[in-house]
Amino acid sequence: MDLLEYQGKQLFAKHGVPVPEGQPAASVQEAVEVAEGLGFPVVIKAQVQTGGRGKAGGIRLAADAAEAEAHAKAILGMDIRGLTVHELYVERASEIDEEYYAAVVFDRSAKKPMAMLSRMGGMDVEAVAETDPEAMRMVHVDPLIGFQDFHGRRLAFEAGIAADVIRPVGAMLARLYTVFVVEDATLVEVNPLLVTKDRRVTALDSKVTIDGNALYRHPDLAELRDLSAEDPQERMAAERGLTYVKLDGNVGILGNGAGLVMSTLDVVAQAGGRPANFLDAGGGSKADVITSAVEVILSDDKVTAVLFNIFGGITRCDEVARGLIEAFEQIEPDVPFVVRLDGTNDQEGRRLLAKAKLPNVHPEATMLGAAERVVELAG
Amino acid sequence: MAILVDRNTRLCVSGITGREGTFHTLRDRDYGTNVVSGVTPGKGGQEVDGIPVFNTFHAAVTETGANAAMVFVPPRFAADSILEAENAGIDLIVAITEGIPAHDELRVYNHLRRGSARLVGPNCPGILSPGKANVGIIPAQFFKQGNVGLVSRSGTLTYQIGNELAQSGFGNSSIVGIGGDPVPGSSFVDIIELFEADPETELIVMCGEIGGSAEEEAADFIADNVSKPVLAYIAGFTAPPGKTMGHAGAIVSGSTGTAAAKAEALEARGVRVGRNPTQVAEIAVEILGARV
Repeated sequence: MDLLEYQGKQLFAKHGVPVPEGQPAASVQEAVEVAEGLGFPVVIKAQVQTGGRGKAGGIRLAADAAEAEAHAKAILGMDIRGLTVHELYVERASEIDEEYYAAVVFDRSAKKPMAMLSRMGGMDVEAVAETDPEAMRMVHVDPLIGFQDFHGRRLAFEAGIAADVIRPVGAMLARLYTVFVVEDATLVEVNPLLVTKDRRVTALDSKVTIDGNALYRHPDLAELRDLSAEDPQERMAAERGLTYVKLDGNVGILGNGAGLVMSTLDVVAQAGGRPANFLDAGGGSKADVITSAVEVILSDDKVTAVLFNIFGGITRCDEVARGLIEAFEQIEPDVPFVVRLDGTNDQEGRRLLAKAKLPNVHPEATMLGAAERVVELAG
Repeated sequence: MAILVDRNTRLCVSGITGREGTFHTLRDRDYGTNVVSGVTPGKGGQEVDGIPVFNTFHAAVTETGANAAMVFVPPRFAADSILEAENAGIDLIVAITEGIPAHDELRVYNHLRRGSARLVGPNCPGILSPGKANVGIIPAQFFKQGNVGLVSRSGTLTYQIGNELAQSGFGNSSIVGIGGDPVPGSSFVDIIELFEADPETELIVMCGEIGGSAEEEAADFIADNVSKPVLAYIAGFTAPPGKTMGHAGAIVSGSTGTAAAKAEALEARGVRVGRNPTQVAEIAVEILGARV
């Protein structure tokens, strides 16, 4: 789960990471009030989960109340990379001397946390990493020992940051590591890490991703989940406990098990089709789950045909067939279904489907055959 | 021969008294697995269909000589249960549980790497050595004993590919699900190394998916250390970046972890990659000769 900038900064403040003073605002009036409370100049910042906010005009400096009002009006409702701005963050403006980059990430290859520091922050950090890889310094941290002072010193000296801020930057890295561990984050990033004209260090931006599997330990963070930002089909599926990812094609797909569903999307694409979604009905899929899943798939009106690809292990094919029959009773789909049932109780499942004589349901014996058929029917 | 589980396996199941735990434990026992005990704190002294239940792994190991553990408890208790099994001296821990927090997995992984215990999973279907033992939830009825070692990040996709191989006449030495999480206890490299040393295994089939770099690391390992033929399948060519495809570990971030990059890395190291599950079986026939 990705946090908005101000939500990340609130976590930073909780763990002693210095951040500029600021407050979120959901309306123009609220933004002006916050700005007046902070004292000018302030920065008005669009709160959306994407990069490139500055380039899109979503971050603006205001010298007085009139400017704050004008900027807040302009930014609220703005579209940034397909996301609508519903919230602002109003922050006291900082005087910039230097811009660094700091992060704690989860290195899957090493299976350890990794702390990163560069003195070339602010701009497109990925470009810096490519043109001048030496400028990005990294160190792995043993999760059983945690972040030590030497990790911070090593990064600071190797990154070549100014001597007078080595200690505060090291201290900030240690606190970012605390945020990473205590808040169950998989990413904590500060870009830019600012050195102000009076040589203080502060986190001017935040990017924090929280591990969804750990939200039970963080009820406060779980509440921040912004369902309105999610796709309507994805939200509907999440409410029903289904794993669904919306794609942009017209072939609706249901399978059991993440790997098999990914593989099904691939064979549909190989057959010349375009998958409309990823939907994993899970192990042991019962009839009511199948009915519910069909409703989610068909709520996407781009879908012109649906493929069921089931390999029954724990899942029983007769249960899947019953679910499909029930779904047809309840929603009377108007698109063709191609159904491939293999594995546990497959013969019983096929027999049930044949007996039900559902309109426009086409059984197929193999995964490849089913993919070709559904692509043909989807048009 | 087989790898990891066989007739010498003495299994203790953590979470044996739960609904899923009981169901799969008895299924594994019916298959022939020697299930010696179970652990559920507070239910020591009870039995599950004749299998004694203990309060702690330490008691289960002392009383029943368990040498393998299967963990079936909910995510918030799973890391603790894995660590308890290791602390009680168990060498092989198979964690089926899905949804364990990543930081728990990091701590468990880094602790276990300092000792000799091996973790398979979490978020995996377990290990099946056909004709010998089944530890987990793999539907054993589709697989017979044979010479193909199968290792996979996904459950049902393993069954699909295993079934395609079975229809071409092949059986399996062992089938190992390493799981779909970002920090698997055992990697492709760990399991491929065991198949390379297993005399029964003549062909190794690895079934990967998007996310991380485990397939690329396996490609390097295979080129330098594996004499047996290796055949691969990768799922997720059509997965868009930034979306988790069902498994916590299956996500393309930036340009890393794509299926195309993984297939390319494997092919560059001489590993043939099937474009769909059916083609995997066809290539297996080319490598080992027709069996039907």
